[in-house]
Amino acid sequence: MRAVVTVIGKDTVGILAKVSGICTEYNANVIEVTQSVLQDLFAMIMLVDISKLNKDFTELVNRMNLLGEELGLQIHTMHEEIFESMHRI
Amino acid sequence: MINVHDILETIRMIQDECLDIRTITMGISLLDCIDSDIDKACDKVYDKITRCAQNLVRVGEDIEKEYGIPIINKRISVTPIAIVSAACSASPVKFALTMEKAAKVCGVNLIGGYSALVQKGFSAGDERLIESIPEALASTSCVCSSVNVGSTKTGINLDACKIMGRIVKKSAELTVDNQCFGAAKLVVFCNAVEDNPFMAGAFHGVGEPDCIINVGVSGPGVVRSALKKYPDADITGISDVIKKTSYKITRVGQLVGVTASERLGVPFGIVDLSLAPTPAVGDSVAHILEEIGLERCGACGTTAALALLNDAVKKGGVMACSRIGGLSGAFIPVSEDAGMIEAAECGALSIEKLEAMTAVCSVGLDMICIPGDTTDDVISAIIADEAAIGMVNGKTTAVRVIPAIGMKEGDILDWGGLFGKGPVMRVNTYSPSKFIGRGGQIPAPLHSLKN
Repeated sequence: MRAVVTVIGKDTVGILAKVSGICTEYNANVIEVTQSVLQDLFAMIMLVDISKLNKDFTELVNRMNLLGEELGLQIHTMHEEIFESMHRI
Repeated sequence: MINVHDILETIRMIQDECLDIRTITMGISLLDCIDSDIDKACDKVYDKITRCAQNLVRVGEDIEKEYGIPIINKRISVTPIAIVSAACSASPVKFALTMEKAAKVCGVNLIGGYSALVQKGFSAGDERLIESIPEALASTSCVCSSVNVGSTKTGINLDACKIMGRIVKKSAELTVDNQCFGAAKLVVFCNAVEDNPFMAGAFHGVGEPDCIINVGVSGPGVVRSALKKYPDADITGISDVIKKTSYKITRVGQLVGVTASERLGVPFGIVDLSLAPTPAVGDSVAHILEEIGLERCGACGTTAALALLNDAVKKGGVMACSRIGGLSGAFIPVSEDAGMIEAAECGALSIEKLEAMTAVCSVGLDMICIPGDTTDDVISAIIADEAAIGMVNGKTTAVRVIPAIGMKEGDILDWGGLFGKGPVMRVNTYSPSKFIGRGGQIPAPLHSLKN
């Protein structure tokens, strides 16, 4: 089971560290990270393994949402299946 | 890893273009709750609904969170109460109160199935139930009612059309203090479907399994945004864009349905491939039609554009899910669609045009406010006209008009939320009374004889 963490917003120092810090806290293994700049927006997409989480996935989602609010960024933590369903036959 | 562009597209669809799952609806059979003692029957109904649907809202919210897709409504549909209450001689309103109580306990926002199927005549419980509809709707907040008055196979029960004109009016009168809301929870169908997840017309057909999960998708905003990128495409190109978008929307519906069904331990029924608008900005079917190239929804060309939209939605969605059902098509409820409201207010959209549109899209005259002094017979005749379109075209049609008691053309009924607000629209007032008063059955059309 994998999830996609997407961070969109204004670039600031330490975003990656904070997001991956939370992943460590919940025992979510970071598999891949992609970063790009869309117009003036920073976008980071992180693929994480959630099969060995030490808490419920929904708690991780809540925690990431909270971080998003703190940093003024949009952070979406979504199960990988939704992207696969939508974009792959 | 999944393509970055695809990930961002999905997020944009949800975040900016109002993509959502409109409803997860659990269909529950109440056939095993039938009892001649109404209190016993109601106890069984309450127990069965609360047992089957106890986890529905929680599971829905979990899925919402995990996949990051809003699931706007969690709802319940039940076996038509006319069947369940047929053995009781008391007024079936008690069933409505029981449904309301069970729905509140389960946390769902609407429960459908206070219904009767009378397309070919009335059986024991039918008339009693129909007569009780206004009271049932006035004394509950989340119970929805529907009556099927015709079908392609049976023709149209004109006696039922006549009664329903009066019942629709009375439902509005009894809820006059609440913006005539009773009538907004009452749908009169022709060719009603048994697995419809959308309210107010959902009920759980007798041919359905004991308990099932049906999903209704949405996404007018996504379709409109996709079309915006192709300002110069020809109409075939437009159809292709809609198909591709519809495919993606429906895939999410399929995923949510399968997941909900697994977690609830209930079989997955169908995905209803619908473009269901909400009054929210950017979630309008009318605006799609305008994006295709009409100055206003309701202009000449609206019917053709809607026919294309409706067809493309189905073609795109059909491959995206394992089973399709329900109403499947574009909805055109006036009060629930920002673009329709604007078009009705500025006079571009009339009831006559809406009637024509219902011949080529999903369902029928939906959420239309009509003057409070519209006679019962005129409402009956609106129902008969709409039923005729459904019967002859072999499609579902419905009438959900709200007589705005004490109001006239141009006034506004406002319910807020998903039900939205609607201007009172002009209705042709020439009398159809003699026609409606004849009663009897309009015979089924020749092309219903397919065997």
